[in-house]
Amino acid sequence: MTSPLLEVRDLVVEFPRRRGGPLRALDGVSLEIGAGEILGVVGESGAGKSLTGAAVIGLLEPPGRIAAGEVRLAGERIDALPPAVLRRIRGRRIGAIFQDPLTSLNPLYTVGRQLVETIRAHLPLDAAQARDRAIALLRETGIPAPEARIDHYPHQFSGGMRQRVVIALALAAEPQLIIADEPTTALDVSVQAQVIGLLQRLSRQHGAAVLLITHDMGVIAEACDRVAVMYAGRVVEVGPVAAVIHAPSHPYTAGLMGAIPPMDGERERLQQIDGQMPRLDAIPSGCAFHPRCPRAFGRCRQERPELMEAGATQASCWLVQEAPSA
Amino acid sequence: MLAFILRRLAQAVAVMLTVAFIAFLLFQHVGDPITNLLGQDATSEQRAQLRAELGLDAPAPVQFVHFVGNALRGEFGLSLRQGRKVSTLIAERLPATLELALTAALLALALGIPMGVLAALKRGTALSQLLMTVSLLGVSLPTFLIGILLILLFSVWLNWLPSFGRGEVVALGSWWSTGWLSVDGWKHLVLPAVTLAVFQLALILRLVRAEMLEVLRSDYIRFARARGLSDRAVHFGHALRNTLVPVITITGLQLGSLIAFAIITETVFQWPGMGLLFIQAVSFADVPVMAAYLCLVALIFVAINLVVDLLYFAVDPRLRVERGAAGT
Amino acid sequence: MDALRRFFDSELWADFRASPMALAAAAIAGACLFCALFAGWVAPHDPFDLATLELGDARLPPAWLEGGSAKYLLGTDDQGRDILSALMYGARISLAVGLASVLLSMALGVALGLVSGFIGGRTDALIMRVCDVMLSFPAILVALLIDGVGRALFPDAHETLAFGVLILAIALPGWVPYARTVRGSTLVERQKEYVQAARVIGVAPSRIMRRHVLPNVMGPVLVLATIQVATAIITEATLSFLGVGVPPTSPSLGTLIRVGNDFLFSGEWWITIFPGAMLVLIALSVNLLGDWLRDALNPRLR
Repeated sequence: MTSPLLEVRDLVVEFPRRRGGPLRALDGVSLEIGAGEILGVVGESGAGKSLTGAAVIGLLEPPGRIAAGEVRLAGERIDALPPAVLRRIRGRRIGAIFQDPLTSLNPLYTVGRQLVETIRAHLPLDAAQARDRAIALLRETGIPAPEARIDHYPHQFSGGMRQRVVIALALAAEPQLIIADEPTTALDVSVQAQVIGLLQRLSRQHGAAVLLITHDMGVIAEACDRVAVMYAGRVVEVGPVAAVIHAPSHPYTAGLMGAIPPMDGERERLQQIDGQMPRLDAIPSGCAFHPRCPRAFGRCRQERPELMEAGATQASCWLVQEAPSA
Repeated sequence: MLAFILRRLAQAVAVMLTVAFIAFLLFQHVGDPITNLLGQDATSEQRAQLRAELGLDAPAPVQFVHFVGNALRGEFGLSLRQGRKVSTLIAERLPATLELALTAALLALALGIPMGVLAALKRGTALSQLLMTVSLLGVSLPTFLIGILLILLFSVWLNWLPSFGRGEVVALGSWWSTGWLSVDGWKHLVLPAVTLAVFQLALILRLVRAEMLEVLRSDYIRFARARGLSDRAVHFGHALRNTLVPVITITGLQLGSLIAFAIITETVFQWPGMGLLFIQAVSFADVPVMAAYLCLVALIFVAINLVVDLLYFAVDPRLRVERGAAGT
Repeated sequence: MDALRRFFDSELWADFRASPMALAAAAIAGACLFCALFAGWVAPHDPFDLATLELGDARLPPAWLEGGSAKYLLGTDDQGRDILSALMYGARISLAVGLASVLLSMALGVALGLVSGFIGGRTDALIMRVCDVMLSFPAILVALLIDGVGRALFPDAHETLAFGVLILAIALPGWVPYARTVRGSTLVERQKEYVQAARVIGVAPSRIMRRHVLPNVMGPVLVLATIQVATAIITEATLSFLGVGVPPTSPSLGTLIRVGNDFLFSGEWWITIFPGAMLVLIALSVNLLGDWLRDALNPRLR
């Protein structure tokens, strides 16, 4: 793509341990997102999706740290910046939305105060201008009667409304990139669709790139342009949503798609992938998926595959080279 | 909210009645109630007269009502030890204790909260370790020992501060006397106030630190950082404010116990307060004084509890604002 | 034995061995306990044997100061009693009262907590009300009251009775935290299927409580107990210092401090300071152990 907005190259995140070497939670993750594009990151719990988002925005919980690789925003490296500089980028150029809207908002302050505080932290506006902007943001995210509701407290909003407030807060300083970590998981299904629609609309209108992290394939299919599949701290497949869902190249992705009950037709049993994702301290040699892979062969056990072109997508699987996609 | 206040008031009255009941039991069954009221030198005629007056032949509930009525007027009879009216004794001693407790409370809060915040923000550093060690000492050293050590250092060895009594006090109105308005009063106040404050300070420090660490791990703090708010805004605007809410309630309740701990401090420093009076009453089995002290302290406690509950209302919006129209 | 073996295999024991603070605290507490238990053999003198006291040796400073003697390592009081020996005997009384009170509190609190959580309903509500009321009063006040009432009721009490009242006085304000913790755990366990199954089969509730709920609850209870031992010892010392604790014939550390306090101004500081130091040592080491135990058992800090 032409000059991606976000570039993550071979990112490695480690957690030091008391005994033995450090634990590698992310092992060479690479991603790209262009302006106005929505990239989904999908995978099981523990695959490293949230960590990737945290690493990009610079909010890794210590003692976790970025051990190698780089993160570039609009061409500039941001992973090695001093904390004070990184702090100014957060909110202004990168916004974040977390899973639970109830706990994301400080219960003791009105929504307006939290909005105005964020706006004035990044933009040179006075109190009245900031308040106007806050009301506009609330209106944009679909909150009715924003002039009144701006002085309400978080507990006075319903779940879906709260998530809209959270989105408004994330957008307050017009960031170029939004990291949404499980934004719909804590919401009712009916509300989920609305929030997804909101994210899509705002992304188009503001031209922001969105990193949408979720374990819900339905959300991916609905909202994303491209999707990256993660497994055991690595990206195993990435490509346009339609291609990944309907013509996956990696056996893990195929397994994930096979586990989704089809709306049309019947199937006797849902396919399941035997075994479990390996623990961080027991990652297999070579390809991390090989113990569970129905098509693994010799090379898979020895050498770790990198992302390779595989038809419409890229997949890190030796089958792409040795056995042309069947 | 009105319902809440009424409910709490009802609870308070219930507790006071229970305490009054216990005091009543003390009066009636521990020692002789007639002696409790008249003192030990009463003649048998006086006793008979009082017995008839009091209607001690009357059934117990009636006597209890009598007792409560008397208690509300502050009438608890005569001290067995000193022969004077209990209410007078307590009134004389009350300002001393309250002043001591208040000074100690202010000291504990003014130092304990900042130290707790520091210990939380600088977690893992030498400073935080030092603060935690100091706080551990504070809860492990018994109050009376702290008093003795302070006396040893500042009165015996350095001879900087006096070690007993209140010193020069200034009378305020017909009843109150204060040591806050004279230098001599302050010199006498310093050591006892510090002694009393140490335990509370250590508790507040640990509480604030624990609460703040908990708050710093919460989602809204993480989100605040993700929005790029400065460390100062995150720590003091958000984290501190949220930390103080539960701390206020617990601290408020603790401060009530300062009145009780004052008993020890007053003994060590011979501070002429209610606590010293109470101890003397306990060792002498002076029931009227004990009963009166009990009721008064219960009243103070219940009042503090009520104020703390109301404060909670004022500070936490989740409790006071009505549920707004919820939409999706 | 099986339980013992499981303990030594457990992570708790490994954590303990790895933590220098826990080891040091345990060592100090153990040493104090040892001196207290075996005071009769370990102490260089018997401070209660009037025949061995020599008034000429009175008010001697500690051995390392001028005028002191190696015979009385920590000095002597105004009657010629060796401070070091008095310390050990005093510690024995302090520890005995402290431990007895905690055991009583624990028994009372755990029992009430189990009953409250298991039976529920109005009994539960009543017990919790009592807890709330008791919690709003400081322990020292309740202890003083009970002590005072005891004195008034039994003015010429026998020594054992006096001890009994004292232990009760310290134990009574202390049962509430146990009751609450145990009640909480009981409520959780009660919902679980194995308890419901047992009830259906007809197993007696007391048996269920004893065999199933109790083991799950002992962890936090032990942490509480450890921290409360320090509090109980300090409370006893405070009461004795105030003159309303142990009878004067069996001086605890608190009594020693009170007696020594009178000599502060004449410069014989050691009579009060050393018992004080011993008290602090015991309280501190037990507190540290309790802190460590609480952190070690806290699943969230893993």
